[in-house]
Amino acid sequence: MKSGKRQKLLASLFVNGTLLFLVILWTIPTLGIFVSSFRNRNDIAVSGWWNVFPHREWKVTREIDPVAAGLNPDGIMEVEGVSGTFDQFRAGLTTPEGERLIWVGNKRIGRIQVQEKVWTVSWNFTLDNYRQVLGGQNFEFTKPDGTVVVVPGDNMAGAFLNSLAVTVPSTVIPILIAAFAAYAFAWMNFPGRRTLFIMVVALLVVPLQIALVPILRDYRALNLNGTFLAIWLAHTGFGLALATYLLYNYISSLPRDILESAFIDGASHFTVFTRLILPLSVPALASFAIFQFLWVWNDYLVALIFLGGNPEFELVTQRMAAIVGARGQDWHLLTAGAFVSMILPLTVFFGLQRFFVRGLLAGSVKG
Amino acid sequence: MASTKDTRQQKLALGAALVSLLGRIVLAAGIPLIAFYVLYLGFIFLRDSHAPRGIIALVAIGWGVGGVAVLYWVFNDIVERLPDAWKTRLLPFVFVGPAMAILAWYLAIPTLRTFWISLFDRNGPPEGLNLLQQLTSDSFVGLSNYGAVFTESLMREAFRNNLLWIIFGSTFSVVFGLVIAVLADRSRIEKTAKSLIFLPMAISFVGASIIWNFIYEYRPAGQPQVGLLNAIVTSLGGQPQAWPQWVAISPWNNLFLIVIVIWLQAGYAMVLFSAALKGIPEEILEASRIDGANEFQIFFKIMIPSIRGTIISVWTTIVIFTLKIFDVVWVMTGGQFGTHVIATQFYRQAFTNRNSGFGAAIAIVLLIAVIPVMYYNLKQFREREAF
Repeated sequence: MKSGKRQKLLASLFVNGTLLFLVILWTIPTLGIFVSSFRNRNDIAVSGWWNVFPHREWKVTREIDPVAAGLNPDGIMEVEGVSGTFDQFRAGLTTPEGERLIWVGNKRIGRIQVQEKVWTVSWNFTLDNYRQVLGGQNFEFTKPDGTVVVVPGDNMAGAFLNSLAVTVPSTVIPILIAAFAAYAFAWMNFPGRRTLFIMVVALLVVPLQIALVPILRDYRALNLNGTFLAIWLAHTGFGLALATYLLYNYISSLPRDILESAFIDGASHFTVFTRLILPLSVPALASFAIFQFLWVWNDYLVALIFLGGNPEFELVTQRMAAIVGARGQDWHLLTAGAFVSMILPLTVFFGLQRFFVRGLLAGSVKG
Repeated sequence: MASTKDTRQQKLALGAALVSLLGRIVLAAGIPLIAFYVLYLGFIFLRDSHAPRGIIALVAIGWGVGGVAVLYWVFNDIVERLPDAWKTRLLPFVFVGPAMAILAWYLAIPTLRTFWISLFDRNGPPEGLNLLQQLTSDSFVGLSNYGAVFTESLMREAFRNNLLWIIFGSTFSVVFGLVIAVLADRSRIEKTAKSLIFLPMAISFVGASIIWNFIYEYRPAGQPQVGLLNAIVTSLGGQPQAWPQWVAISPWNNLFLIVIVIWLQAGYAMVLFSAALKGIPEEILEASRIDGANEFQIFFKIMIPSIRGTIISVWTTIVIFTLKIFDVVWVMTGGQFGTHVIATQFYRQAFTNRNSGFGAAIAIVLLIAVIPVMYYNLKQFREREAF
């Protein structure tokens, strides 16, 4: 009996341990940029973000002047019970007490530092990275040597507004259109109903690349390129097949008697749709809305092609990609910017996770 | 007396009927006209305006969302005024029409148009000619774009890399998703663990690329490494590398990009597997435990066969997804260092090089690659009796 208990404990330890390991592995990348986005720009450039955790670091306790100590850098030198050549001291030598001796500077006028390992944390947190990346105005900062530098801000706030203006209609419009269509497929009889629905199913997996060249030609002809309307319509078109399919599955499963009694009372299809079907379909609408919202907010390709020519309408993803391209080493900007771009999707995700999972299980995967 | 009163009343009633009829006609014609006019004004405003961004955004949202609702309402209103026979015939098309029109414009017809464009040279079919004239024009090159798609060296590199993406990306996403789902099912931290594994799904590819670029960040040996991977490697005595740009190990440097998609997609696989596992009846698992099966036997002999359908569908989904991968490669390496994939080649040819014919041919190849899945979906649909 006892061994059975022990085995159970071991199994539980194995399960929870492995899971915890995987969770940590999956979380570390995001944690890294989250922590970095609040670190001082000079710290980011010279030390890893994990230095915010307690760690041991060499710290200078005192200095020895080699000339005063009568040392000859060209031969073997003996300091504090350690002996070595100049090159060895240059690389650093450890004393029996655990201190480190290191030669800084050149042979003639250098000094020997005595360093000790101490526990430390690098907690020099700031909001400046966010200020610079969000603002459109010039931004001032002080370099480690004391000089003040002025750089243009990255206007992420403007891109954020643009992204909202693109995402909200691109989410609501396809849902509205698809809900009407799904209702018709589920509750109306008309010639071509089956053929049209087969088209919807076939289009579920068509890669959107297929549409980009011809649609861009149409947009040029209509002078639509680089407008919000262009990108709403594009996202509507690319999300509509899945929206119609998912909403049809949901709406057709609603109980028939509710609708029949409404029709007997003389309600029109339009009334039944707006007063009965829409409110009853909220769970399905919500789960598709979350998906469409995340796709559009996180989309880069469609925006690049249909809004690419208009810098005024740059979206968050385009702004971020532009910063990567132009200043890929400025980690204080990249980390803060990446986090700004993630705030809204993460909020939606954590707030509405239930609907999100339901949508995934219903087959929310875009072609 | 009474009769004159009657006629007067009749006249009044007739007048009232006339007025109401006129009113209805005016309404029927006027409301749509006004609605269209307002929508048109909004469209022109959005297309040409230089108002502050916030105002444009607000007008845009109101115009876009409100406009669609108004259009449905107006069309429904028009059809409702028609005689009953016409009403029942037309109303379904008011409901289903806009969706079908948009789908046709954005996906169905472009498939044919893209195929047509792929038969022409870099400028596509010459405009202003009819189909026959286009066919006989100098721009028509037949299937030679397809020949180029399969022979050009960068394209072959892209096919090879996409194969790596499909094999490693989908397999590891499925394996990790399955392992995590099984572990989480028996763990007390199930909810938290699943949320955290799942979280990357909410992050954009551009964001994910930045996150992983930061992990791969390279500094020359001797300098402090701020990238996690190089910090670990150098602390173990290795040489720092710019991992995705490490051409010496090509094509395996692609794996450093593929890891990003595994990180993003494992959560998706996990959610579906988790739900499928919960659907396995507890009695079967209990019975096999009593019969002395150990946990590994249960996993391989009972769990995997019972969720085989889910595994196949998740795997197919991720295969399609990796087939079209674009953002990660484009932001991380731009296709340099031997990391081009089909979708980045498509973008490069169609939009950077402005070679419409070549780009269209690549898009058609992508489409052909997903046709088996489309066929499977349609077969499933036909088997469903309900429709």
